[in-house]
Amino acid sequence: MAFALEITDLKKTYPGGVEALKGISFSVNEGDFYALLGPNGAGKSSTIGIIGSLVTKSSGKVKIFDTDIDGNVEQAKMMLGVVSQEINFSQFEKVMDIVVTQAGFYGIPKSEALPKVESILKRLGLWDKKDVQARTLSGGYKRRLMIAKALVHEPKLLILDEPTAGVDIELRREMWSFLKEINENGTTIILTTHYLEEAEQLCRNIGIIDDGKIVTNTGMKDLLGSLNVQGFVFDLESPLSEAPSIEGFPLKLEDPLTLIAAVNKDRSINSLFELLSDRGIKVKSMRNEANRLEELFIEMVKK
Amino acid sequence: MNKNFSVSIALWTLTVKEIRRFLRIWIQTLVPPAVTMSLYFVIFGSLIGPRIGSMDGFDYIQFMIPGLIMLSVITNSYNNVVSSFYSVKFQKSIEELLISPMPNWVILLGFVLGGVSRGVLIGFIVFCVSLIFYPEFTVVNPALTILVLLLTSILFSLMGFINAVFADSFDDISIIPTFILTPLIYLGGVFYSINILPDMWRTISMANPMLYVVNTFREGMLGVSDVSIPFALGMIFAFIGILTGSCLYLLNKGTGIRQ
Ligand SMILES: Nc1ncnc2c1ncn2[C@@H]1O[C@H](COP(=O)(O)OP(=O)(O)O)[C@@H](O)[C@H]1O
Ligand SMILES: [Mg+2]
Repeated sequence: MAFALEITDLKKTYPGGVEALKGISFSVNEGDFYALLGPNGAGKSSTIGIIGSLVTKSSGKVKIFDTDIDGNVEQAKMMLGVVSQEINFSQFEKVMDIVVTQAGFYGIPKSEALPKVESILKRLGLWDKKDVQARTLSGGYKRRLMIAKALVHEPKLLILDEPTAGVDIELRREMWSFLKEINENGTTIILTTHYLEEAEQLCRNIGIIDDGKIVTNTGMKDLLGSLNVQGFVFDLESPLSEAPSIEGFPLKLEDPLTLIAAVNKDRSINSLFELLSDRGIKVKSMRNEANRLEELFIEMVKK
Repeated sequence: MNKNFSVSIALWTLTVKEIRRFLRIWIQTLVPPAVTMSLYFVIFGSLIGPRIGSMDGFDYIQFMIPGLIMLSVITNSYNNVVSSFYSVKFQKSIEELLISPMPNWVILLGFVLGGVSRGVLIGFIVFCVSLIFYPEFTVVNPALTILVLLLTSILFSLMGFINAVFADSFDDISIIPTFILTPLIYLGGVFYSINILPDMWRTISMANPMLYVVNTFREGMLGVSDVSIPFALGMIFAFIGILTGSCLYLLNKGTGIRQ
């Protein structure tokens, strides 16, 4: 089976000298719903920028449905839709014009674009805003407009860069169901996020990227299986210089007075307390924090 | 999938978008040259002109008409492309073009056609205004006039494009028009024939590229010129070639548009 996306040893160093990508390789199957998860600054947007010809790569290969972007770039681009992380339409134009113009840039004449645009705008709840200037839209609607623009040429591969960042919960769920639907209709989707929950809700496969490197590339189920853990944050009474190593409890020192632990759900937190006090470490207070877990999880898989 | 990319539709889309942009803001784009040029015609043509007498054998206002048309065409073509392309960069909607299968030459051509449309339309508007003040004006060589009109707006659209590629702020898009372009045009024979200048200044003026554009146009409209027309046309073509090459080189390299 063909890969929708195949990336080989991709490197990017920005003009200022920042090494954003240090040689990443991964591939996404046709029809997949794939999550690219990683903390801020990991290199997600750089990767997507390169795939979409918005950023120049330093080296490496990118293939979209077996078409090299250094080869037949026109064909590669026809199969690709990208929703960038930042708003990238002209604020002074009308919603309808923006989408019809984008279709035109893909070589679709206006008469052919109009019915397509109508159905996409309707599906995204933008139809009654079609004649308003884009700058008057709320954040959530701007995001939907970005999606409409990326879909107008019916790409086989849709990549969304943090599409739900800063979007309220209701709209987020709406977007999720929309994306699920177009994936079921055959569009391969890649989504970047730093919410584990979002990846979990939507995606079958997941790549985790950190500091310009892919740290894991696996099925969502496998990942969640290994993720049968909870995150805890301990505030300590006296500072530590390094995290203690305790068999079965991965620990990370965030600062000298804050220790983060990943605790398997079928293990007792009490035994961790005992093991800590055996080592003379006194805990002042404790919090359960899911999003810290994500970072720790990345640390764990890196090893 | 039967998706074949159509270059002509992409080019048409971009060109129409560019034209719609300056028509939408017509109060900023189309009205000012008409107003300014009317003032020039009233003050220099009707009031002061008769005292100046004739220039190269023409009434002063008549002599000035081709110059003022060129002045308007040059500044408007340049400004159209520099401000449109810079704001596309600034608003990031350049991504809409870069993500699409449009080749770079289509992107360049679309912006240039936008600039040419505005330049030609402004040229026509200013010509109509001039007819109000000098109804008996006749164009001696319409073919040359139209050719130079088109070449000039292509040339200065390309220059505006390069300016926008390197621009990092709104200041950067007004520095060159204000401090370089406008002085060169004013000193390039819009208002006078260089024959009235002392020898030294006449020689210096020959190095001003605007002189060739303005005079070739004047040759088309009035049949007089301070420079050799074949030479001037050759230079204009050469510059268009060099600038087109530079624009495509910059686009392919991604200067100012791709990180
Ligand atoms: N235009 C740029 N110039 C210089 N450095 C950049 C640029 N864009 C991103 N970076 C740097 O590259 C790294 C990866 O950034 P990015 O790809 O945006 O990560 P992510 O999308 O995962 O948050 C970061 O260190 C960021 O600061
Ligand atoms: Mg990002």
